[in-house]
Amino acid sequence: MMWALVLLPLLGAALSWLVPDNRRRVWVLPVFSLAQLGVSAALLVHTPPPSPAGWIWLDPLGKLVLMANSVLFTICSLYAVGYLSYRLKRPNRILCASLLVCLSATSLVVISQHLGLLWIALEATTLTMAPLIYFNHNARSIEATWKYLLICSVGIAIALLGLFFLAYSTIVAKQEVSLLLPTLIRDAAALHPGWRHAAFIFLLVGFGSKMGLAPLHTWKPDAYGEAPGLVGALLAGGLVNCALLALLRVYQVAVASTEGALFQQVLLTMGLVSMAFAAVFMARQSDFKRMLAYSSVEHVGIIAVALGLGKGALFAGLLHMINNSLTKGVLFLSCGNIHRAFNSKSTQFVRGALRRTPWSAALFLAAFLAITGSPPFAPFVSEFLIVSSAFGQGNHWTGALFLLFLALIFIGMASTVLPVVLGELPPDLERTRYRDAVPTVVPPLLLMGLVLVLGLWIPSPLQDLLHEAAQLLGGEA
Amino acid sequence: MNSLADQLLVLCLLINFAVLGTSRLAFSVRCVAVQGVLLGTLPALVHPFSWHVSFIVVSIILVKGGLIPILIIRAIKKAEIEREFSPFIGYIPSLVLGALFTSLAFIFAAKLPLSPEHEGLLIVPAAAATLMSGFLVLMGRRKAISQVLGYLLMENGIFLFGLLLADAMPVMVEAGALLDLLVGIFVMGIVINHISREFSSIDTSRLSALREE
Repeated sequence: MMWALVLLPLLGAALSWLVPDNRRRVWVLPVFSLAQLGVSAALLVHTPPPSPAGWIWLDPLGKLVLMANSVLFTICSLYAVGYLSYRLKRPNRILCASLLVCLSATSLVVISQHLGLLWIALEATTLTMAPLIYFNHNARSIEATWKYLLICSVGIAIALLGLFFLAYSTIVAKQEVSLLLPTLIRDAAALHPGWRHAAFIFLLVGFGSKMGLAPLHTWKPDAYGEAPGLVGALLAGGLVNCALLALLRVYQVAVASTEGALFQQVLLTMGLVSMAFAAVFMARQSDFKRMLAYSSVEHVGIIAVALGLGKGALFAGLLHMINNSLTKGVLFLSCGNIHRAFNSKSTQFVRGALRRTPWSAALFLAAFLAITGSPPFAPFVSEFLIVSSAFGQGNHWTGALFLLFLALIFIGMASTVLPVVLGELPPDLERTRYRDAVPTVVPPLLLMGLVLVLGLWIPSPLQDLLHEAAQLLGGEA
Repeated sequence: MNSLADQLLVLCLLINFAVLGTSRLAFSVRCVAVQGVLLGTLPALVHPFSWHVSFIVVSIILVKGGLIPILIIRAIKKAEIEREFSPFIGYIPSLVLGALFTSLAFIFAAKLPLSPEHEGLLIVPAAAATLMSGFLVLMGRRKAISQVLGYLLMENGIFLFGLLLADAMPVMVEAGALLDLLVGIFVMGIVINHISREFSSIDTSRLSALREE
């Protein structure tokens, strides 16, 4: 059953490769992602026991990521049907196949309890994303793809070295040599401190660059800016979670060892630095897709701050991971619609989007309010909990800086979003045939609905799951 | 560990210098390929015979010595380039830095808290030196292909370190990592091909349209 998560999308990828027709091929995406969503739901309800060797298991942390990724991917694949019908001239065989292989790799990340296996799956997600970023086949997208490939490959290679160090620390400490997560957590305190310390730093740098924590985020604005909106949504809402999950595995080992506090301190600093970078670069950003990339840097920063604070903030950090995924989905999909309708993503040419694409523009505006932490949307809840936890722990500086950066980012983002959405259409506007239509508006609308509902009411199974997951990270019950 | 393995490691260190000092791309591809093959044979020398080890050795030699060089040479031929002129870091400074890094690697490795059975081995300093050389090539060159070679050198260095922990790395993980590397190089080869078509060169310093205004 667990393997269905990995094999089902692979089957879909093979099928989409075989379908000769551009128009029909697209339908493979929703069919297989809905099947995947069904399997995920079944696994969430009836979780099978760990595999005999302990490599494969769905623990609460994995469940959270699986849930967020499956929902986001299903919505994106429904959107893809509408989006690709506007772009039938461009072959979409590679796009469809890569999307499904990527789904398979992300599922493998979620269920692996062996850090080596997790590393392989994470590297596979990096590779399958490269053709997706390059979908538009122009000079700018190739530049973005090259930077993305090189920085993420080197980052993930550094993470592999970190894993080797971790394994070596078990050898030096004369423990059982293993990269299995339960074994590592059990022996964490006894591992050789020097090698373990080096391992944590290398893993933080490696997974941090894949996640886009500043100052390792340099590939992000280019990749998010040039990839189609649908791919951006998956990068910012889905792959970020996978890299984060890898980091959470390291976090589990770190808090079980003696240097949990140091690891948290480093995460806290990196989180605040990411938020500061986002605040600086978001101001006066004239490309609204690049702006979303900085928003992503901000939100991985927020999650890192929550992890750094530990204790009660862990629950909020994990909730924020889900909220961020869903809201980023709305932002990128509505942004993609506006981009197509104006054939530009520069604030110089895109103004008054409410008049040309009323639904997409309204969604973009609502998602902007949500992602900047305005009530009643879900990110408000998680951000509020993180701030109150910071002040509650007596960490006033963190709380104050956090609020300051949120305010700066709100102003910076508003100065780009408001002119795009409101106002009059520019007089010399290019004619395009793309307008709001049911297939490209309903999927982000559904996501936006989820963001609103989660802001008002968190269902108790989700709440329990979040508590269980926070406990795995050493949080309070 | 035996003297043959040590000699292979010394050869690997020399290959680092060959890559750092040459401007001929095809030659450096061959150097990296030979290094890959040398590294691939090492597990057979340092570990007792088993099917696991033989499988790994054969697949590493095939991938690093055969498939990857073929992919890169094809990318070079399509892009019609032979040499790399004017890298960011010149060839002589690269060699000097390479020598510096190699000696630092030896000093550093002597101070590391290694497990008793690994003390005084050449593996750790060779791994560190190869890793640093790879990083130097990656940072110091303009051409996309040279950057890929730098990445491969880095990967070789990491692989060398991995020799110390054969037990922790099950065969599936090693095979998976190798497959990832192969696919990675394949994708990079395609991207390089597109870069050369789009910009009529594979000079990555021309990739500068995307930046903050």
